[in-house]
Amino acid sequence: MSKTLISIGDLHKTYTRGAETVDVLLGLTLEVEQGEFLALMGPSGSGKTTLLNLIGGLDTPSSGSVTVGDQRIDQLGSAALARWRAGHVGFVFQFYNLLPMLSAARNVELPLLLTNLSKAERSKRVAIALEVVGLADRARHKPSELSGGQAQRVAIARAIVGDPSLLVCDEPTGDLDRQTADDVLGLLQTLNREHGKTIVMVTHDPKAAEYASRQVHLDKGQLVDSAGVAA
Amino acid sequence: MKFLPLVWAALWRKRPRTLFTMASIAVAFLLYGLLYAVNNAFNRGVEVAGADRLVVISKYSLTQPLPYSYLNELRSIDGVEAVTWASWFGGVYQEEKNFFAQFPVDAETYLTMYPEIVLPEAQRDTLLRTRNGAVVAQTLADRFGWSVGDRIPIQASIWPFKTGNTWDFELVGIFDTADPAARGQYEMMLFNHEYFDEGRAFGQGLVGWYIVRTRNPDANASIAQAIDERFRNSTNPTKTDSEKAFNQSFLKQMGDIGLIVKSILGAVFFTLLFLTGNTMMQSVRERIPELAVLKTLGFGERRVLLLVLAESAALCVLAAMAGLGLAAVVLPPIANKMPGFAGMGLDPQTFVMGVTIAIALAVAVGLPPALRASRISIVDALAGR
Repeated sequence: MSKTLISIGDLHKTYTRGAETVDVLLGLTLEVEQGEFLALMGPSGSGKTTLLNLIGGLDTPSSGSVTVGDQRIDQLGSAALARWRAGHVGFVFQFYNLLPMLSAARNVELPLLLTNLSKAERSKRVAIALEVVGLADRARHKPSELSGGQAQRVAIARAIVGDPSLLVCDEPTGDLDRQTADDVLGLLQTLNREHGKTIVMVTHDPKAAEYASRQVHLDKGQLVDSAGVAA
Repeated sequence: MKFLPLVWAALWRKRPRTLFTMASIAVAFLLYGLLYAVNNAFNRGVEVAGADRLVVISKYSLTQPLPYSYLNELRSIDGVEAVTWASWFGGVYQEEKNFFAQFPVDAETYLTMYPEIVLPEAQRDTLLRTRNGAVVAQTLADRFGWSVGDRIPIQASIWPFKTGNTWDFELVGIFDTADPAARGQYEMMLFNHEYFDEGRAFGQGLVGWYIVRTRNPDANASIAQAIDERFRNSTNPTKTDSEKAFNQSFLKQMGDIGLIVKSILGAVFFTLLFLTGNTMMQSVRERIPELAVLKTLGFGERRVLLLVLAESAALCVLAAMAGLGLAAVVLPPIANKMPGFAGMGLDPQTFVMGVTIAIALAVAVGLPPALRASRISIVDALAGR
């Protein structure tokens, strides 16, 4: 029987921009099983990225609960949340978000700088992560010397180098052509199926969503069924 | 240490900007090193002053001479152990730019009064025997390529020779100082007062000032008072001070060098504060998304703050050390060309203070952007807001 990794209960998120208050998530409830590959779909402004940020501990909810593993991350303070992210989550962004002045290997090493691993151990793990994404020969290249697909693979290597249980991916193929996107999605699928990573991925792309084991749709801050009716 | 490559890479993200900023900081610290060395060289004259020495000058002005007849009266005052005298000659060797100090002195008593002047015994004896003999500091001999036996013609600007304007001296000795750091204060030529007094066209029987050594430095104040009291009602009343106070008041005639140096450096560092501060702010502003990525990966607020501060420290301290290093390299050749500044260099205290200023500068310019970086909202920064 699968174990629940992420449990979201009655989640509300409200943003205030100047005098305006925007309710982005309206009492959303969702569970994600360990080892699941979940695609979050929905139109722009539906709250997908906000939900992903809350799952990844990048933001805190206005109310409701977000539990990942045994940890109520909505109750953590900023420093504790940073420590939790370092130990439990890998992030993949649409525009890769690699540090331009660092080589691929140095970018991948970043999460490991927060651990007590020795330099030799860090180098070993970086090499393995780059090997997994098929970029062992690009370790010394700067992001500007890599193609979009290669840069996204480096970002994935950075996401998995600390061996987190959860990967959150925000439009990971949004900036890639179809073929490259399929390669990257195939890689994510491999990480899910062969390495047991739980993946929550935001995407607009129905073809990308097909790589996931489950798809959920959001609209106006609520989960809806495929027909657009509140679930 | 493991964060060093990250700090280093961030520092060189915009190479030309970093280089220009570092050059500005280095130049500021070069200036600091040079000016402080000059200031220290001036103060050195005060520091090397003998605690047991008093200087007796005319009450009206340092340029007003005193009668030679005061010598025995000074010797007779209680607490006075020894007395010597000197005058300002103010001559020119070949051309004005070759300026150095020349003093007609009573060689025997003067050299005893100043044991810090190290002259070989044989050369001292030759000086006492040679009427127009002169001794010079090693730094002067090096500067002009003189050696013992050379003849040195000096053009008078205050005291013309009876038969012309040129005084002819025979170099009979070359002295050094016991403390190499004090060479600048003793970069001078000494010659016999007797030759001076007999040869000058006017002013016979007058001396520039007296130097008195007391038996007990603790009694300096009362002895100085007794000296001035002795000559109070004469036509040439005196003003007696400790050698240190005399040197200080002599320096003040040129202005408060310390204040001038500090004012210049204050203005330089104030400007630098804005220049470097702006660079750091700009550098962090451009990297907000990258810093947000670091926070996303789990770098806490404190760590991000320290990373930016470390970058600021690397920028300021490395550039400051380059500037101070350059100052240490250029000071000796400059000092050798400046009269009275021989031995001037960058002392360890000035270097340590420079590095401390650089660290303070790094904190001052690094803290505002570091705080900003540490407090950025990840979600807003990643969304480009």
